[in-house]
Amino acid sequence: MRKMSKAYYAFFTLPTLIAFAISFLIPFLLGIYLSFTRFTTVTDTHWVGVSNYFRAFTEDDTFLNALLFTVKFAVVSMVLINVLSFSLALLLTRKIRGTNIFRTVFFMPNLIGGIVLGYIWQLLINGVLINFGVDITFSANYGFWGLVVLMNWQMIGYMMIIYIAGIQAIPPELIEAAQIDGANSWQLLKNITIPLVMPSFTICTFLTVTNSFKLFDQNLALTAGAPGRASAMLALDIFNTFYGRNGYEGVGQAKAVIFSLIVAVIVLLQLRFSRSKEIEN
Amino acid sequence: MSAQKNLRDNVTFIFLLILAVLFLAPLLIVLMNSFKGRFFISDTPFALPDSQTFIGMENYFSGIAKTGFIQAFGYSLFITVFSVFTIVLFTSMTAWCITRVKSKVSSFLFYLLVFSMIVPFQMVMFTMSKMANIMHLDNPVGIIVIYLGFGAGLSVFIFSGFIKSIPLEIEEAARIDGCNPIQTFFLIVFPILQPVYITVAILNTMWIWNDYLLPYLVIGSNYRTIPIAVQYLQGGYGSRDMGAMMAMLVLAIVPIVIFYLTCQKYIIEGVVAGAVKG
Repeated sequence: MRKMSKAYYAFFTLPTLIAFAISFLIPFLLGIYLSFTRFTTVTDTHWVGVSNYFRAFTEDDTFLNALLFTVKFAVVSMVLINVLSFSLALLLTRKIRGTNIFRTVFFMPNLIGGIVLGYIWQLLINGVLINFGVDITFSANYGFWGLVVLMNWQMIGYMMIIYIAGIQAIPPELIEAAQIDGANSWQLLKNITIPLVMPSFTICTFLTVTNSFKLFDQNLALTAGAPGRASAMLALDIFNTFYGRNGYEGVGQAKAVIFSLIVAVIVLLQLRFSRSKEIEN
Repeated sequence: MSAQKNLRDNVTFIFLLILAVLFLAPLLIVLMNSFKGRFFISDTPFALPDSQTFIGMENYFSGIAKTGFIQAFGYSLFITVFSVFTIVLFTSMTAWCITRVKSKVSSFLFYLLVFSMIVPFQMVMFTMSKMANIMHLDNPVGIIVIYLGFGAGLSVFIFSGFIKSIPLEIEEAARIDGCNPIQTFFLIVFPILQPVYITVAILNTMWIWNDYLLPYLVIGSNYRTIPIAVQYLQGGYGSRDMGAMMAMLVLAIVPIVIFYLTCQKYIIEGVVAGAVKG
């Protein structure tokens, strides 16, 4: 079907496109415009140029703090989740009994919503910390490591499944050939398995990084930024700027634009990375 | 050699077993605490309920009353089911149309939709919730339109990838037999797409069921979905009812676990397919 009359084309695309325009396209364009204005409602705006972007950094240090916290969090969870989920995938592809049940169990936390996850871990972490007379709101460090543990619990099973698929896609002849050549299991891992699961590694790395950057529900439920705003990540800081006090909506929108640009850069990097890998293959 | 391999497998098995128990422990601890009195939870969450702390189902009754959990469950179910149905129907139509009709408009629309996947929700949350308000979409029916708009990017992307792999000859044969595009889509393409429908439906179900911020901003003040009901219990710091909180966490998790155990195979496949493509 190369051609379709305009009426049919509209029939197939308009329902989606109207909804898309209402919920995404118009708010997105309006959002860019509003980031250059001072406003309290969408209909009452004053053009202020780029001053919102300066105020995002100069008004107080919550945004910069949230940015650093988020970057640190993304790096730490990316490393931990990848190492742990890859190790689990290696263990689960050894053809031992109960593999399916283990897979089911490890994957399950991934399906639970962020708010619920946050309160589950708040209970557990506070239950441990109470023995030292503090709770998770005592220091941003506790909030940080609490979020790391939570994120690991949620994401390890997911990444493990992707790695298992990658490992199972390795041709068995390759492994047999290496074994006949006398490779031990460490050499097998280093020279066969790891290079061949690199595509899975790219996917998992970027998935953990983008998910860490966009994290909101877990952050809100676990610490809500406490103490003060010290454990608030970017998404929560933007939310607080919008809805925390009046007169800061423009600053919040400017922060949101910066946030979107950061996420867009990460996604573009991923695309380039996986493209160049495809060319090599 | 075989004995050594046996030993190694047994060690691996025991290690994985311990790890699996650790993975489930958080859920079991919440379940256990949901039967304890509210003042015995925060201080000693790891203690089993005893005759002094055990209060039966009391937390469940008070939690359900405080949060309006039954209504919340109803709203969550209604919004999830109808949004997923709407998304699957309309985005598959759109994906088929813009994949098959090769034109500048089609590829522009495709890239626009894909672009929306990248943009974080915070970018549009303020303007979108104002927009929903102005257009009177701030109710459980109207929010379905919002979900269709937000779900369009990923869903069209996944459908489109699959549609490209369907041989064009089938549709051309249908056209020669006198089918118009609507008949071609619903009689020929629709049945072929079935496995992708499951993938798209599962991805969107997991997202919408667990979504907090979007429904909170759009309909949260009048209609609470389950995540909003749980967050609502938080209240002012220190004043919250830990017992009710534990019971609500259990009630929030149970439907997900049931859903997961009944269609586990599809869920794992669906989520992975979404990850690899997104």
